[in-house]
Amino acid sequence: MLRSKKVMAIAGAISTALLVIGGSIVATSSASAASLPKVPMAKSVGKGEGALNIIIWAGYAENGSSDKKVDWVTPFTKATGCKVNAKVGNTSDEMVTLMKSGGYDGVSASGDATNRLIYGGVVAPVNTALVPSYADISPFLKNKSWNSAGGQMYGIPHGWGANVLAYNSAKVKPAPTSWGSVFDPKSPYAGKITAYDSPIYIADAALYLMKSQPKLGIKNPYALDATQFNAAVALLKGQKKLVGEYWSDASKSIQSFESGNTLLGTAWQYNVNVLTGDKKITVGSVLPKEGSTGWSDTWMIAAKAAHPNCMYKWMDWIASPKVNSQVAEWFGESPSNAKACNFTADKTFCATFHATDATYAKNIYYWTTPTATCLDGRTVACKDYAAWTQAWTAIKG
Amino acid sequence: MRENRVSTWLYRHPKSRLAMLLSAPLTWLAVAYLGSLATMIFSAFWSVDSFTGNIVHQLTLTNFRILFSQSVYGVIAVRSLGIALFVTIVDALIAIPIAFFMAKVLSPKLRNFAVVIIILPLWASYLVKAYAWRTMFSDSGVLAWFFKPFHIATPGYGLFATAITLCYLWLPYMILPIYAGLERLPDSLLEASSDLGASAGKTFRRVIIPMIYPSIIAGSLFTFSLTLGDYIVVKIVGGKSQLMANVVYDNVGTAGNLPFAAAAALFPIIVILGYLTFVRRSGALENF
Repeated sequence: MLRSKKVMAIAGAISTALLVIGGSIVATSSASAASLPKVPMAKSVGKGEGALNIIIWAGYAENGSSDKKVDWVTPFTKATGCKVNAKVGNTSDEMVTLMKSGGYDGVSASGDATNRLIYGGVVAPVNTALVPSYADISPFLKNKSWNSAGGQMYGIPHGWGANVLAYNSAKVKPAPTSWGSVFDPKSPYAGKITAYDSPIYIADAALYLMKSQPKLGIKNPYALDATQFNAAVALLKGQKKLVGEYWSDASKSIQSFESGNTLLGTAWQYNVNVLTGDKKITVGSVLPKEGSTGWSDTWMIAAKAAHPNCMYKWMDWIASPKVNSQVAEWFGESPSNAKACNFTADKTFCATFHATDATYAKNIYYWTTPTATCLDGRTVACKDYAAWTQAWTAIKG
Repeated sequence: MRENRVSTWLYRHPKSRLAMLLSAPLTWLAVAYLGSLATMIFSAFWSVDSFTGNIVHQLTLTNFRILFSQSVYGVIAVRSLGIALFVTIVDALIAIPIAFFMAKVLSPKLRNFAVVIIILPLWASYLVKAYAWRTMFSDSGVLAWFFKPFHIATPGYGLFATAITLCYLWLPYMILPIYAGLERLPDSLLEASSDLGASAGKTFRRVIIPMIYPSIIAGSLFTFSLTLGDYIVVKIVGGKSQLMANVVYDNVGTAGNLPFAAAAALFPIIVILGYLTFVRRSGALENF
């Protein structure tokens, strides 16, 4: 690594200069807001601008390229003239980063991304009067903590699902009914249990403690004060001895079940459906008696959207009954529009996914970003997501 | 014949020629590479606003305090170093005989063929190879089937599987420099050594290894640094384990806590800088 002193000095000078310039640019644009940023809301939807750039979860904007019969983007472009450019985000955090970088009109955000986008001033409130499909959205999805702030909706619900307890029904007997079976230190399946590899999984432990240790007083698994948080972390550290593998990639988890490396653990309904279809193992799934965590995706519009009219038209389109049913069936989740159940190809689809079951939906604690201000309204200090991430690293060891 | 002013001027000013030639790569090196590295290192001294997730541009040592106070990071750091060393040593042990065979035993025609074979895995996608190992290590995979008659269970997913997969992935990068070094080793040296009465083992230890030592170091640079920065293989075959690179990755993504990720990323940077200093001191790269 021989380099003359002169070149090093020049390089050093250039990088210092860049740092100063870069730092000053960044410093002026950051605003550590402790309150809701004021972002103007659209008052009307005009003609489409001809293009639309959105960030999506895989499978949310099919244009016939995956399967010729699966296409709701081409009809949209025909009807509105908006050409759709969809970018797939792999994680919520990738989506937040992409949205912050600008250049996109909207995003299908899960609840652990929405609040960061709202309070970061990245997305604008949505004028639901301009979205006719909104009227038919299931009422239990409206004005929730993850899609609204200050009493104002910040997006249009897309679809939702619960994390279920999946198990190899041939090897796991009797069939589990409680999350306790993945936390039980005396479990006969030690080494073959799986858990979701994300700090948000701490909420699953908190949910179990909510019902099994009511003295802790947990009301919302995403609003944990120091004592409650430490109890959840201790539970997860104990669970680590039972875990064979943590999963974040659905196909990996499916393969792990099929190869016998995993016998039970948290999974998506999508995973269970693929396992059932593959027929390599017999799989069962249950929404345990304590309830479950889940995710509810919301279409949000960027604060500085270049094509706001197209975005409003897209939100109305994707939330309309027929399209919502197509997307829900393709992806494997519950549609947000109650009328979508009339359009599903599989007539038992809505029953399988409990699409209009408000009680089922109520037992789901949707992914929400934990904040230092407790989400359940308490005035004590709660742990924020940065603390959750660090704790997750310590849990995995 | 008309005089071309530009080429005449260039001919008369060799230093300008050199400057123009180097300006593009040097700018890239200084601005894109060093500049971005410096920005990242600088950001390790910032923190993140827990409410909005925006970065707070005030210098603070919070990140380092967390890294040093929580024992788990020390454990992860030692583990990552251990895996990197293991992979380097194992790859060196496997690569030296293979490279020697290729350089000294094979005929020239077969030699080129062998080089192609060694490079061929590099054409396959990294993920495809890692997932292939995942299938092999699984409970119903090849290793389980192979060890069944001996009543040994497959090692399963974990640190050992991670290390073996990484050994496999970086092996070509270790074989090729050693092969290049051995090719330059004149056969007459080996003959002279045996003429002087040295056994094969002694020749190997006292003549060959010192001559290819720089090549081994060069190969180890690849395996060591690539392993230290790898966060994908452990997610595929590592079961529930995590390495330092995963700490960085998880904090870039999940919490959007880029300053903390930058602070954690300083660990591999400092280790590699130390390793490079050691390599330079040993004079390994002078002949390479």
